[in-house]
Amino acid sequence: MAAIGLRGISKVFPNGQAAVRDVTLDVADGELVVLVGPSGSGKSTVLRLIAGLETQTAGAVLIGGRDVSAVAPQHRDLAMVFQSYALYPHKSVRENLAFGLQLQRVAPSAIAERVQQTATALGIEALLDRKPAQLSGGQRQRVALGRAIVRRPQAFLLDEPLSNLDPQTRVATRAELAMLHRRLGATMVYVTHDQEEAMTLGNRVAVMRDGTIEQFAPPLDLYRQPANVFVAGFVGAPEMNFIAGTLSSHGGSYQIASPALKLDDISATVPPGTGAPRDVLLGVRPHDIELTNPGAGNGVGGVQVIEPLGATTIVHLRTDVMADQLLRVLVPPDTPVAVDESVGFRINMDRIHVFDARTGVRLPGTSG
Amino acid sequence: MTRSRLAAAGVAGLLVLLLLFPVYWAVVSSLTPESRLFAVPALVPRQLVFDHYRALFATRDFWTPIRNSLVVAGSTTVVAVALGSICAYALARLRFRGQAPVLAFVLAVSMFPQISIVSPLYLLLRELRLLNTYPGLVLPYLSFAMPLTIWLLAGFFRQLPADLEEAAAMDGAGRIRTFWTIILPLSWPGIATTAILTFLYCWNEFLFALSFTLGPERYTVPVAITLFRGQYQVPWGEILAGAVVATIPVAALVLIAQRGIVAGLTSGAVKG
Repeated sequence: MAAIGLRGISKVFPNGQAAVRDVTLDVADGELVVLVGPSGSGKSTVLRLIAGLETQTAGAVLIGGRDVSAVAPQHRDLAMVFQSYALYPHKSVRENLAFGLQLQRVAPSAIAERVQQTATALGIEALLDRKPAQLSGGQRQRVALGRAIVRRPQAFLLDEPLSNLDPQTRVATRAELAMLHRRLGATMVYVTHDQEEAMTLGNRVAVMRDGTIEQFAPPLDLYRQPANVFVAGFVGAPEMNFIAGTLSSHGGSYQIASPALKLDDISATVPPGTGAPRDVLLGVRPHDIELTNPGAGNGVGGVQVIEPLGATTIVHLRTDVMADQLLRVLVPPDTPVAVDESVGFRINMDRIHVFDARTGVRLPGTSG
Repeated sequence: MTRSRLAAAGVAGLLVLLLLFPVYWAVVSSLTPESRLFAVPALVPRQLVFDHYRALFATRDFWTPIRNSLVVAGSTTVVAVALGSICAYALARLRFRGQAPVLAFVLAVSMFPQISIVSPLYLLLRELRLLNTYPGLVLPYLSFAMPLTIWLLAGFFRQLPADLEEAAAMDGAGRIRTFWTIILPLSWPGIATTAILTFLYCWNEFLFALSFTLGPERYTVPVAITLFRGQYQVPWGEILAGAVVATIPVAALVLIAQRGIVAGLTSGAVKG
């Protein structure tokens, strides 16, 4: 196993499209790092750059401290699990697993043994003599995983490995992947567009947008201290509410004002010089808001949609606070609330996030 | 529903009839005695004889042109597919400078009217002392068959999921090994199709074969059949018998191969 490092890596495609811009990232030995972002954010390209399937236009790729920028993919000793699985259709499962070992000139008896071990570990022994076409999606996914594991590579690269599975299999496989990572102690880079997958699997998560990393941190840090509006909106479900407001100073303390929102002073410590009145966005997670009687809280709104999820219920409020968007509030399932009803809501001011409205950057010192 | 189905079946039947009739007529005529060939035509023959076939092999030595055709068409096909598949793979998957001009040039070569290059080729082959030899036919055939092979196979290779080759690369396989162990085994329907088309082209080719062969010992089947025609008579029965014999190996080849040529050989590779 080996650490992976990206040093100021960029990829501009021949058509001029910059898929990755100056990304620097360190994946520690044995760490599982998730690259997450919307489609087109460059996360898959980063993975393919690590694999060597794409050549960077600037920067360097390090594997185990060695610069492999000029090394062909077949000599990087990495294993990749493709979104499409990419099993060799004319080879049996056994042959699919053995192919990489044969290329490494492992002795046939050792190959047979390792294939058997891997198959047992993944519960696919019964499938060894089948062709990929005779397997279900979940089984193919396991074979693809097995083909990677059996080689004992320096690191694993996983490109949306769960996205072709049905929801139940996906959640089960996700847990298995986490256990597998712990058991193998393997370095893994995992690409997904699903923030939930990213949060549950990653030791650290890199949130990407437009070819750059917006924030790289452990999952809960992303959740508690999102670096900007994009990360705040991307991480966590249901999505964070953003409310426009202004920040001004009164003596030593700062006050946030927002039309039609009654807010108390918040003890935001903003660096000197930034305290001049300016536009901000208040980020409030849906479960940091509670419903009250009309007039009792920070504002009022009309209930538009109620989405019972079982353990919780999402209530969408139409408010004056956000003209074009509904305010999402997470409430206990037994909350007595009805559509078209007018309710008040109270924001937990200890949990709000404050972002500069112009740059989207989190204002330092604001709690979360 | 049923009516439109019936209509479709009717149209299909009519087309098949239209296409098969000349074949049927050739077969029937080749089995009709010489004396009846010009009698009032009848759809159902009254008497079938094998005179023409006997004459074909007993007096005309039709085996020699058949052998010649098999050798020439066979070796052209083998070489064209072997070299063409490598070229096609490179053109389909590698990115290199001048890729588009190369493809265009390859296509342009096959656009020359054959007749326009017969004379220069004749002179060239004479200088190389290749007239009236097998290589003297195989080489010109290759120049016309290769573009076809390359274009067909490049199209086929492009359809294979690139993921498979990338997976092979991640497994540690280089380009050549990927081509041998992954691409070729998955491409044989495309290769079979290409081989059949190349073989057909060479088997039926007439102009080069007529121009670059000098004696019966090197005549190919189409040339031999044409030269059946004597100064005073045209032996239609034997010509048709020769045509039927010439069609059989090709028809057999297509029938055998088409059974195996099924799409979806890559099913199970990627999702779906």
